[in-house]
Amino acid sequence: MIDEAFELPRPSKVNYINAQYGLKSWLLTRDHKRIALLYLGSITFFFFIGGLYAMMIRLELLTPQGDLFHSTTYNKVFTQHGILMVFFFLIPSIPATLGNFLVPMMIGAKDLAFPRINLLSWYIYMLGGLITIYALLAGGVDTGWTFYAPFSTTFSNSYVVAAGLGIFVNGFSSILTGLNFIVTIHTMRAPGMTWFRLPLFIWAQYATSLVMILGTPVIAITVLLLAFERVAHVGIFDPALGGDPILFQHLFWFYSHPAVYIMVLPSMGVVSELIANFSRKNIFGYKFVAFSSLAIAVFGFLVWGHHMFVTSQSVYAGMIFSFLSFAVAIPSAVKVFNWTATLYKSSISYDTPMLYGLGFIGLFTIGGMTGLFLAALAVDVHLTDTYFVVAHFHYIMVGGALMGYLGGLHYWLPKISGRMYPEGWGRFSALVIFVGFNLTFLPQFVAGYMGMPRRYHAYPPEFQVFNVLSSAGASILGFGMLIPAIYFVWSMRYGKHAEANPWHLPGLEWRTQSPPPTENFETTPIVTWEAYEFAPPGETEVIGKFAGELETA
Amino acid sequence: MQSWVPFVPDSASTFSWKVDAVYFYLSGITLFFTLLISVILIFFVLRYRRRSPYEIPRPIAGSHKLETLWSVIPFLIAMTIFGWASKVYFEQYSPPTNAVEIYVVGKQWMWKIQHSTGQREINELHVPVGRKIKLIMTTEDVIHSFFVPAFRMKADVVPGKYTTQWFEATKPGTYHLFCAEYCGMNHSGMIGYVTVMEPREFDNWLSGNTGNTTPAVAGQQLFQTLGCVSCHGANGEGGRGPTLAGLFGREVRLSNGQTLRADELYIRESILNPQAKLVEGFGPIMPTFQGQVSEDQLVQLLAFIKSLQISNPQQSTPMSSPSPSRTQSPAATTQAARNPF
Repeated sequence: MIDEAFELPRPSKVNYINAQYGLKSWLLTRDHKRIALLYLGSITFFFFIGGLYAMMIRLELLTPQGDLFHSTTYNKVFTQHGILMVFFFLIPSIPATLGNFLVPMMIGAKDLAFPRINLLSWYIYMLGGLITIYALLAGGVDTGWTFYAPFSTTFSNSYVVAAGLGIFVNGFSSILTGLNFIVTIHTMRAPGMTWFRLPLFIWAQYATSLVMILGTPVIAITVLLLAFERVAHVGIFDPALGGDPILFQHLFWFYSHPAVYIMVLPSMGVVSELIANFSRKNIFGYKFVAFSSLAIAVFGFLVWGHHMFVTSQSVYAGMIFSFLSFAVAIPSAVKVFNWTATLYKSSISYDTPMLYGLGFIGLFTIGGMTGLFLAALAVDVHLTDTYFVVAHFHYIMVGGALMGYLGGLHYWLPKISGRMYPEGWGRFSALVIFVGFNLTFLPQFVAGYMGMPRRYHAYPPEFQVFNVLSSAGASILGFGMLIPAIYFVWSMRYGKHAEANPWHLPGLEWRTQSPPPTENFETTPIVTWEAYEFAPPGETEVIGKFAGELETA
Repeated sequence: MQSWVPFVPDSASTFSWKVDAVYFYLSGITLFFTLLISVILIFFVLRYRRRSPYEIPRPIAGSHKLETLWSVIPFLIAMTIFGWASKVYFEQYSPPTNAVEIYVVGKQWMWKIQHSTGQREINELHVPVGRKIKLIMTTEDVIHSFFVPAFRMKADVVPGKYTTQWFEATKPGTYHLFCAEYCGMNHSGMIGYVTVMEPREFDNWLSGNTGNTTPAVAGQQLFQTLGCVSCHGANGEGGRGPTLAGLFGREVRLSNGQTLRADELYIRESILNPQAKLVEGFGPIMPTFQGQVSEDQLVQLLAFIKSLQISNPQQSTPMSSPSPSRTQSPAATTQAARNPF
């Protein structure tokens, strides 16, 4: 089936898709590109279930009364929306698919450093996913994706341990992916590919991997302790057993705040590629953008307390966390300015990936600026746990992470599948998604400041107008998401064949055939050019025997 | 219930406009930068659109001067927000000493409120305009959050400890009270109203709700029935146990040599887990009351202990002082603490 869909682009070419046939050749593959596709299929599956839950939430909130579901069901729906989207879609999204496919290709390597571990990480991810699906089917979880104690440890009557186990297991796939990327980037760069010649996507993956390795063990420990307390009644978090519920929040956010950077850093990496490549201009202040990724990764570990300004945390701790949160906003702000400056006197194309890239800058600016409201202590007291927070983090995670991911998918699709997506439909759906997204989440900022608390099954009628707007936006957004899903599948069979370098770019991944051969490059490339060094077509050095294609392009 | 500014909730406390002011400042900055970036982006996208398919623009490496400029300026702006918002936050979380205390106990899924004058309410809170109110809050089960949007205030209630917040209402009216921390099945039903009244109306409301015992009196009865009197004395004058009269707010020397200030949490812990912090000169003989007193009763015991004064035991009954207040004479208290007999 999948093999059929990826029928030989040209009969003479052997590539990673048609090199071997059969289910076994996919399930036992060690090719990073095939593993990327395995991940792509699985995270898309989880994304659509998570999206279905989102639609259920928006349907329920159309009216102030809780009339569609019972509150128990509603609580499970938003919990499961959060768990699936955060742990099984957003965190693996770019690193496990685009990262897996592109890290070796962009640095001129044949594969990741540990191909078997790479395959293992997918199996671990699937195991975690299956355990979580079991938890959902068996009866669901109703703790919120934040699992706050003592509700989760003592009071909730749902499948908390099973869902926790799913997240615990899944964490190891994250750690292994991070480990693999770090070792690969350190040791397997092609001759001449110095650190400062690396595409910014690689820098972003590197920073993300650091966070994955350093942060994920903490969530694993936290979930484990939670399970201990729930099963064995060891007092860790529940004060009735001698524990401290605030300790849970410290541990949880010590991972879960950096996890936001796991979601958005890779997306920033993609956007750096999109902005540079679709304006044919090197990134303004390359080094600054590269180092700002690392700075975000490091300082991201020091701001977790800003989730706890009203939890009886010391006032002085609150001030320090607030200060650090303002500080961590600066590298992100600088990235936005540098991307914008890159466009100055450039040559901007309006292809779909660029539309996503530009959309990202706008939405991420709003997402980042509204983060300052929540870092500001007195304002956060009013806003925390309201819809303002919901709107803010969706601007970062959907407006930021998801836009980058979709932009990246469109950009690299020709390389991945060897086919072009339909450009007109691409631009149309990018526009629909942009409009739908803003209509969904802009009204939630207002509802939040007006005082509407989050996770409410029913709400006072004066908030209805915002919720109706939001639900209308969500239906547009949902429709917009279906269009690419349809034409991506369509393009596998009917899309135009892609050339090796359809966008005329200097990156290493474009100097080999589309789709690439299993070993990526016919001969090991020797890098003599800087990142984003654009040259007229024909002057770009090509690796491999399909060089002729480029010149005719 | 709308105020004159669109998209801003009612303003009904002294903090409302302070928080709104920071919020407007932030909104202004957000609007400015979002517009700035959008306008520049749109201008560049139109001005520098690709005109011929193979054109290669001249590369620009970057500019340290510009990058420093757009790091430092946002940082300085961020610091003004940080300073201002922190100042307001500090006020919000520093309750004045002369505030009227009201006890709040959250439980799945209701708010139980006890006025120090004895009135009890559920999911409703009546307060007068222009008086500083301090809420002393805890919960019987999971974490909840006491949120009154019109007051721009919110604080979690955390099991096993007391949290506080304070406010001074400025405008009569009825305002939403929400639970803002997800607490299980009926989270969205854990709501109610705060009714702000003119002081005279409030006094009427108070007198129309008499017949309730004040928390301090209820606490005194508990003090008897739980047998606390046998060691601490009927009026907390002490005996085999440490003196409780005048204890609240005073420095206590512990048997391990440390000193601490006796606050709500310390008294609570000493009832539930007496061995944790032994007072100097006393043995570990007090039994634990964990599981034997409810959060409501703990609040009442606390109110009683707070009401105990250092003075002649015969005069010191909570009945004689309808609004318990504490007066401290440091010299006398130290004496009493050192010499329990």
